[in-house]
Amino acid sequence: MLRTAGILAAGLAAAFALNLLVANAIPPYPALVINLCGISIILAVSLNVINGLTGQFSLGHAGFMAIGAYVSAYFTTTLRYFDPEAARYISQAPLLDGLWGFPLALMAGGIAAAVAGLVVGIPTLRLKGDYLAIATLGFGEIVTILLANFRQVGGTKGLTSIPGHADTFWIYGAASVCITFSLFFQRSTFGRALIAIRENELAAEVMGIGAARMKVIAFIYGAFFAGIAGGLFAHLMLSISPANFGFMKSVEVVVMLVLGGLGSMTGAVVGAVILTILPEALRDIEREVNLSGLRMALYALILILLMLFRPQGIFGQRELSLKLLRRLVPGRRKESP
Amino acid sequence: MQLLLESGDFLARLLQQCANGVAKGSVYALVAVGYTMVYGVLQLINFAHSDVYMLGAYFSYYPARWLGYMPDGAEKPKVPLYVLGLAFAFAVTACACTGMLIERLAYRPLRNASRLAALITAIGVSIFLQNAGQMVFTSEVKSFPRYVDQTSVPLGPIAVANTSLIIVVVAALMVGGLHLFVQRTRTGAAMRACSHDMRTARLMGVNVNATISLTFAIGSAMAAVGGMLIAMDQPRLTPTMGLLMGLKAFVAAVLGGIGSIPGAALGGLLLGVAESVVGTWNTTYADAVAFVALIVVLLVKPSGILGKAGREKV
Amino acid sequence: MNALLETRLLTIRFGGLCAVDCCDLAIAPGQLFGLIGPNGAGKTTVFNMITGVYLPSEGTVHFDGRLINGRSPVQVARMGISRTFQNIRLFDELSVLENAMTGAHQHARINLFDSLLRTRRHHREEQRQRDKAYRLLQFMGLEDRAGLPAKALPYGHRRRLEIARALATEPKLLCLDEPAAGMNTGEKAELAVLIRRIRDELGVTVLLIEHDMKLVMGICEIIQVLEYGKTIARGTPAEIQRDPRVIAAYLGGA
Repeated sequence: MLRTAGILAAGLAAAFALNLLVANAIPPYPALVINLCGISIILAVSLNVINGLTGQFSLGHAGFMAIGAYVSAYFTTTLRYFDPEAARYISQAPLLDGLWGFPLALMAGGIAAAVAGLVVGIPTLRLKGDYLAIATLGFGEIVTILLANFRQVGGTKGLTSIPGHADTFWIYGAASVCITFSLFFQRSTFGRALIAIRENELAAEVMGIGAARMKVIAFIYGAFFAGIAGGLFAHLMLSISPANFGFMKSVEVVVMLVLGGLGSMTGAVVGAVILTILPEALRDIEREVNLSGLRMALYALILILLMLFRPQGIFGQRELSLKLLRRLVPGRRKESP
Repeated sequence: MQLLLESGDFLARLLQQCANGVAKGSVYALVAVGYTMVYGVLQLINFAHSDVYMLGAYFSYYPARWLGYMPDGAEKPKVPLYVLGLAFAFAVTACACTGMLIERLAYRPLRNASRLAALITAIGVSIFLQNAGQMVFTSEVKSFPRYVDQTSVPLGPIAVANTSLIIVVVAALMVGGLHLFVQRTRTGAAMRACSHDMRTARLMGVNVNATISLTFAIGSAMAAVGGMLIAMDQPRLTPTMGLLMGLKAFVAAVLGGIGSIPGAALGGLLLGVAESVVGTWNTTYADAVAFVALIVVLLVKPSGILGKAGREKV
Repeated sequence: MNALLETRLLTIRFGGLCAVDCCDLAIAPGQLFGLIGPNGAGKTTVFNMITGVYLPSEGTVHFDGRLINGRSPVQVARMGISRTFQNIRLFDELSVLENAMTGAHQHARINLFDSLLRTRRHHREEQRQRDKAYRLLQFMGLEDRAGLPAKALPYGHRRRLEIARALATEPKLLCLDEPAAGMNTGEKAELAVLIRRIRDELGVTVLLIEHDMKLVMGICEIIQVLEYGKTIARGTPAEIQRDPRVIAAYLGGA
């Protein structure tokens, strides 16, 4: 437990240092991309618990993200008023004022998304593979349709002038917490239970592993961090609308996982970083040749080629570690007879 | 609801909505057939199918526009009917070829890979077609020229647009014809054999690759017809027009029982009617109907209305 | 009789086919019980009904004095029945040790937060599972393979790992579904010794489905013979070997 506290503290310290660097030495656009990378990491790592470890194919991660984004932004935006005397916004909920306001709002978003995870997780338990994918996809679509219909959160226009609380510290702090917990989850009796369910559900049940319960736990866990990522996204972009959280967003997160290697936490991180930077790099090409659609077409082409030639992703199910690095260095590999 | 009751004969309005729903549902059925056939044979959700539908609309739009001419003083272009027929035939052929090409290039190499890899490839093909479509057709909304004058045909207490009638008739003929083809012909039997057990079908001398190609060709042709009918009825073409249609048509296929052609037709009609009825109350919620219906069906009877449940061998 | 497992008139129909017809089993605690019969006799189906995988059409299953039919595989497993599968179902991507550890999962008395925060309870639980799994691997002679991924094991070892994993659930009754299938004579002899030791040293009652007559006759105390879903004989190995209906079932059909 002490060690855990140490690891988390180290992660937060690293996030703090990165924040200093980004705030002082990096121009706004690359800084934004770096921050988006952090959010993608949270999304991919949390989805990896559902899709990678448990082998459930969820295509609704953007739905959980949307719930987290809207709930946290609602807390920091709608529940406040401008106080001319203090010349700043004051929250109507006193707890949400000051330093703790933002993390509390984030937590609220995460918890709301987790509740949604529970609500989605239980009824969809009986579904497997494609059917689960399609049902979660349906859930994601329902969320955006509902949000577009709620006038309290701006309808199709969404919420605007959200305070820009999410800086590199918060984003990477949350990312390091998410990665640490997800790795600890993976390497525990619960993580083994999830993998057992993925490998052979019936055998897992015969071992007394409550597959239904574990799947719901995985859904809640993944949804919670998706909600946190949504909250960070809202307070980074300063405005959100239902269109931000459509089907394509869920697909993007899945593709990050698949690129890195489904089931590998480090793969999820690498996949998230590559696929956040790649479209931005392609954006420049698209502007150069002035052909809208080229960016995503190339993106799709890369995805198809990846599936055709390396469907297991970059890492397969392995984790990036010093041992693996050593094996990858040419010349030092032991030749098998 | 109150509003409806005050505004006149509630029952007549409901009937009217059902009629509109049947027209909408017919198009769902046409597209759903493609999903259900491919899923039946390959157990793959062919996400790219919705984009073949989109291509069908565009492939008929361009020849139809180019072939039409503007008579002096007329407000819209005129075109001889047989030319229109040629344009449609071109669109259907082009889509059938596209469908086969997608299968050959993207899905066949993955036939023995994990289902997940195939599913993601299908999503990739769909994104590719959407964005390639945006590159070629631009994202600007295209209006399909109105060659058919929209008139109202009185039908008992309600009135139905003539285009709706055309849609329903064409869709019924096509789906019915396909059902007969699959049930009565030798080729149809090969398709059923493949969907039942591909390996055994191969051992029995069925040319599996050709059969799968044909399945894609037929499904894509049906989607193309759906695209054309929609373009004729609601002439707004965009490269992303397939997305929502595809999702809903797939829902229709699941609703009716995936793998079953009559199921796809039934699912499409039910969904169309349900959407139209909800649409009278709130148009945006109408889009949610499909997904709510989907989740309810998956929970109550995952094999769909006309589907058969399988059992895992232990 | 005070049976550990008792089935009464256990029947299941798939469509029109009656796969198991009125099967009565009675296994006393500590017994080594053999269930044999020609292919398709319904042996595995009986297993599936006992372990909650299939719901019987009729009849009852009592375990430890409690009615268990209608319970889920998870509930049945937690009451103390564990099993292996005819078509081996290991967790291929987990290591050999981790496979065995999953069997001990059901006895974990920690929650997810213990593991996320790495509390002392988490470490104690991991240690308990590792010790238990390692002991059982030793028992099955797999301890030097502990670190390998399960998919890398040769066939005979895969069967043994499945047994180790089942034992890690600390069952009262272990159901083995053709554990010797595909093994050579030497491996079968070793397996026979192991099965006997499971009963003698670990005190686990064993229900065994097996095709290999020599193995069954050699270790089982009571044998029941199924044919076309019906029980045709029950008795000691010596009695079974003399039973004319059994001889007819095995020789007549072949």
